Amino acid sequence: MYLRHALCASAALSLIAVGSAQADTITIATVNNGDMIRMQGLTEDFTEKTGHTVEWVTLEENVLRQRVTTDITTKGGQFDIMTIGMYETPIWGQNGWLIPLNDMPAEYDVEDILPAMRGGLSYDGTLYAAPFYGESSMIMYRTDLMEAAGLEMPDAPAWDFVADAARKMTDKDNEIYGICLRGKAGWGENMAFLTATSNAFGARWFDENWTPQFDSDAWKETLTFYLDLMADAGPPGASNNGFNENLSLFQQGKCGMWIDATVAASFVTSPDDSTVADKVGFALAPDTGKGKRGNWLWAWALAIPAGTDNEAAAKEFINWATSKEYIELVASNEGWANVPPGARTSLYENPNYAEVPFAKMTLESILSADPLNPTVDPVPYVGVQFVAIPEFAGIATEVGQEFSAALAGQQTAEEALAKAQALTADAMEAAGY
Amino acid sequence: MARSITPRRKTLNTSLAWAVGLLIFFPILWTVLTSFKTEAQAIASPPIFLNFDWTLENYAIVQERSDYMRFLWNSVIIAGGSTLLGIVIAVPAAWSMAFVPSKRTKDILLWMLSTKMLPAVGVLYPIYLLFIQMGLLDTRIGLTIVLMLINLPIIIWMLYTYFREIPVEILEAARMDGASLREEILFVLTPMAIPGIASTVLLNIILAWNEAFWTLNLTAAKAAPLTAFIASYSSPEGLFYAKLSAASTMAIAPILILGWFSQKQLVRGLTFGAVK
Repeated sequence: MYLRHALCASAALSLIAVGSAQADTITIATVNNGDMIRMQGLTEDFTEKTGHTVEWVTLEENVLRQRVTTDITTKGGQFDIMTIGMYETPIWGQNGWLIPLNDMPAEYDVEDILPAMRGGLSYDGTLYAAPFYGESSMIMYRTDLMEAAGLEMPDAPAWDFVADAARKMTDKDNEIYGICLRGKAGWGENMAFLTATSNAFGARWFDENWTPQFDSDAWKETLTFYLDLMADAGPPGASNNGFNENLSLFQQGKCGMWIDATVAASFVTSPDDSTVADKVGFALAPDTGKGKRGNWLWAWALAIPAGTDNEAAAKEFINWATSKEYIELVASNEGWANVPPGARTSLYENPNYAEVPFAKMTLESILSADPLNPTVDPVPYVGVQFVAIPEFAGIATEVGQEFSAALAGQQTAEEALAKAQALTADAMEAAGY
Repeated sequence: MARSITPRRKTLNTSLAWAVGLLIFFPILWTVLTSFKTEAQAIASPPIFLNFDWTLENYAIVQERSDYMRFLWNSVIIAGGSTLLGIVIAVPAAWSMAFVPSKRTKDILLWMLSTKMLPAVGVLYPIYLLFIQMGLLDTRIGLTIVLMLINLPIIIWMLYTYFREIPVEILEAARMDGASLREEILFVLTPMAIPGIASTVLLNIILAWNEAFWTLNLTAAKAAPLTAFIASYSSPEGLFYAKLSAASTMAIAPILILGWFSQKQLVRGLTFGAVK
């Protein structure tokens, strides 16, 4: 009798254990971007399908980066899924901090993920994070101002054309500035733009022996060109402008052109937010005829930290959030213009999405960025607008401060480059390169 | 004899005080105003001050997206708990420093204050590792302890300053009447220092409420207070200033109301002993 009771009790406990294993609660750290917020709103669909519930920790990008880095390096185990980017993924993958995603189910169709995204989110051929949305950078321009300037924007313009157009479009008396570019210091702010732009001018961060190259003619040409153009055709106080500040200027009709993340296209063409929604054209980021364009490549991706207790449920979530079905779900709820872009090839083969005005140029921008061969001359690193080494974020933030100070008129291009060269050389030496 | 103030000078002083007050209050006022605008109006240039279509849409969105009450409750427990715990520890400490000082009392006071000079990020990893070992990550008790420790030097310093103003003879008289040490602190010293203790409590609740380094770094989904609630509305890619302002207004409203109703007590405590 006692034995039977004990057996019944243990069977009941096993059932409870199985039940709880089937319905987990996963904690996801993410950023407050429009696509992520939409995902949070649709989480019920995931819970209905799998039984798992989700707790969201939404943070500002820099706070998120510090928070998840602290947690993963100390094995804190606070998150089952982390939203990370193309910079962290290969480094963390190499360190064994992330769970490989090479066993996703067949219907997930890994091959459908855009090759540039797959490559940037892998280390040594293993995918460590699934792209939720991807972006490159491109030119967004005012079609009416371009026409008034008597110019026509080609699909793939050169920097000389862009600079000429920017100066012609500028009407400072009426607060119209030909070009708005990032100037706020930060490795993900002005240095994302300037590093990508330097690729088009034939510059590079390091030569094949990891020697910094800020003393090269190509970097001098890049920075001088940028500073001169911003002085002639940029908005006042540009050294404080990042993505949001330029978005605000463009939406108010104060920028002739803006070169920034492709994800901005949906904002500037939204009639609810933008005063110039129906007057925006798109073109590839400019080049200088040297074979590389100044457009970057980035993805916000979902990764599972090694050591999580909820690996199976976390994989189910990634399978749901980065699937083709999720894209369909967003489209049916919020329209095709609001689906997360830049992650899957099938999205760009979808005739419904082809009608979205910025779809074609976004895809072409993503496809033209090559993180494995980002520069004209060979380099020992991976990454278009960053160098995928742990030291880069710190070094580039300091270099960004020097370049931002040059844009604010506090020093010359030569002085900024000399300081950048010195501080990068010191930091690389200290890091053992 | 008090100096006579001319009506003109009085008007000038009043105007100046109002101007400084408004200047300090303006960012809060602007945040509140922005929370009632649309996102397009929030970034309009030139800025729109009052002439816009007031909307509660942002509050509705914030309410729908986030569980405000959970964040609020965490803030109340963490800020209130850390302050009370701090007071319980600081009253005896300040008593001993004020009434039975040793040769090293001044040094200890300075040393305590010097711990505030260390950048918080410098001890992030040791604290984080300790929290993992002790299972305190993302718990209210963990944050309560950390915030208490951070604010303890300020609490002790403030109480020490107030206690020094109390004549030691009164405590001696209580002792002569047979009061024990506990009774002396609880029934003689504390009631006399109530204004000072009240202002210390209020100031520390405000400091703990606004603390945004540890509360963001040591919490995830369960113990996150209102600072995390605000941080979840800051976006690097997208202009959501109106929603961010609504979230900020909701986060600062409770502490603003508390400060408003207790401002007399706060000022009285802060100027306690200023005039003998």
